[in-house]
Amino acid sequence: METLQQDLLIILPELILALGAMTLLMWGVFRGDGATGELNILTLVLFALVSISVFSGAPEERLAFHGTYIADGFTRVMKLLVLTGAALAVIMSARYIATERLRRFEFPVLIVFATTGMMLMISANDLVVLYIGLELQSLALYVLAAYSRDSVRSTEAGLKYFVLGALSSGLLLYGASLIYGFSGATGFDAIGNAVASGGQNIGLTVGLVFLLAGLAFKISAVPFHMWTPDVYEGAPTPVTAFFAAAPKLAAMALVLRVLIDPLFAIAVQWQQIIVFVSIASILLGSFAAIGQTNIKRLMAYSSIANVGHMLVGLAAGTQEGVQGVIIYLAIYLAMTIGTFVCILAMRRPEGMVEDINDLSGLAQTRPAMAAALLILMFSLAGIPPMAGFFGKFYVYLAAVNAGLWPLAVIGILASVVGAYYYIRIVMIMVNGEPAAPFEQNLGFELRVILFGAALYNLAFILFAAPVIAIAGAAAQALFN
Amino acid sequence: MLQALAFYLFSGVLVISAIMVIAARNPVHSVLFLILAFFNAAGLFVLMGAEFLAMILVVVYVGAVAVLFLFVVMMLDIDFTELREGFLEYLPFGAVIAGVLLAELIVVLLAWNFAAGTTVTARPELPPGGISNTEALGRVLYTDYFFVFQLSGLVLLLAMIGAIVLTLRHREGVRRQSVARQVGRTREEAVELKKVKPGQGI
Repeated sequence: METLQQDLLIILPELILALGAMTLLMWGVFRGDGATGELNILTLVLFALVSISVFSGAPEERLAFHGTYIADGFTRVMKLLVLTGAALAVIMSARYIATERLRRFEFPVLIVFATTGMMLMISANDLVVLYIGLELQSLALYVLAAYSRDSVRSTEAGLKYFVLGALSSGLLLYGASLIYGFSGATGFDAIGNAVASGGQNIGLTVGLVFLLAGLAFKISAVPFHMWTPDVYEGAPTPVTAFFAAAPKLAAMALVLRVLIDPLFAIAVQWQQIIVFVSIASILLGSFAAIGQTNIKRLMAYSSIANVGHMLVGLAAGTQEGVQGVIIYLAIYLAMTIGTFVCILAMRRPEGMVEDINDLSGLAQTRPAMAAALLILMFSLAGIPPMAGFFGKFYVYLAAVNAGLWPLAVIGILASVVGAYYYIRIVMIMVNGEPAAPFEQNLGFELRVILFGAALYNLAFILFAAPVIAIAGAAAQALFN
Repeated sequence: MLQALAFYLFSGVLVISAIMVIAARNPVHSVLFLILAFFNAAGLFVLMGAEFLAMILVVVYVGAVAVLFLFVVMMLDIDFTELREGFLEYLPFGAVIAGVLLAELIVVLLAWNFAAGTTVTARPELPPGGISNTEALGRVLYTDYFFVFQLSGLVLLLAMIGAIVLTLRHREGVRRQSVARQVGRTREEAVELKKVKPGQGI
């Protein structure tokens, strides 16, 4: 007999986060905007507490609130990754917010709310919780995108994201209602049973398509990627870094959960969709990025291509493939955050610059930063022995083992195209005429993150064994 | 007998007030008739034993929606006679659309046949043990879906924070009431006595 206390113990991480968010909010309201600095620190403490609470949770599967919430080995790993991404985003934002006069105490509070939503997405075991978690996350992200409210670009980004996000939520809800209608349940376990016993059903397939359309928007996979470049470009840079890291992880975890857990019996149906979405994302991400001159837009296309590569592992539909996706996510987080620290460092006395040509001659003006960016770019391009290579290696290995040869060939060829624009950045940095130098205001904490990320990418081979083992255990938890 | 009487009373008033909503010349009267229609519909729900639905209808539609309508009608200066000007001009086209819709409805109704056993599955489950509607709904909402209910509250809180973050501006130079300062004023600093000489002014 489950009691409320047991349920509350299982959802303890989310509980701490939600209560913490409200406490931080009250703190901010009473202390005013001057408290942003101390709120940042408190937010990090909160994230650390939640991480401990997630980490100390038992790795076996536990259900709460009539099976609408699930905690297992998979959620544990994904939550720790998301918390890391969110904490890094908070650290990255601190200095930026102070210099750009965006100092309002709501910023860390919104990030904590967004993180609560993401944790719920990861732990969702029911269509209703899935949707509420998604909305909690999205709503906070809409506001964060428009956070620099006096900037036209930022408000435009927020509005665009909001309108398209609302549309995608509509698609997702439509799909969810069809799945509910044809399986008679909203809980993933019950849907799984209905799907397994009911066999193929046109209504379920249509519902699946709409559900995937809504989720594809959240991971910015083609053909639902249109918002990504504009929002990435318009949003304040630390917010963009946050967008590229944590929500992608959470949405990807959600996709994995939905497709592997309840809908595994109709894998034949969703595999076609995932293969198409994956190829389209890789191709578009690789080719459209070539013409970009703004580095934030370039990173947007890069993230579209990366999502495509991740989906290759999911398309395989095997435990090995899911393991590859989780490894890829862990590497992608480090690559993205590191690159965005470099973008944050692109500041001249007249303000932030975002053009790729502004990096010209960086190897002479700022050699250490150039070296770190070089490692990150090589890693994104997938050149061995950088981490990015291993990310791609495991997903493609799984795809080949599952017999998806054409997908693997197209993906690898397109990633060669993708390597072109990463290496172009390196060429500009190394060979270009030195442009006016950037300000030396990176700060200690950002330097630690940048060189930590670069080191992680460079020496991934040393950490590879534990990362792969953890990802394997997480994938196994999902498949059991 | 009494129930049938009540039913015809509610239905009659409902139909008449619904007609008056579109027939009344004054838009404020229209909205007031709409509210009357809502109340009568609520009465019909009570007769059917759906007391919760009746309350919700009154609370949500009368309390919020109708008052909102009234606001719109009274605050915005819309000239309704102007809106009705093109009525005759568009009447034939509107009639054609109405005719098509009617034909479609008739076709659907003629082609409608229930699958075997539909009536059994579609009937709502009566709550066991003489629990009222309200209680049963409350159990679903606050016990079975307690978790989701709380999370929805979180979403609403976030929406409120978001609206404040994006729109609240503290403008400089706005005079606000400060009760403490008002109370703290002394007679000496508030009142000044001046001797005014006759015929000169200050």
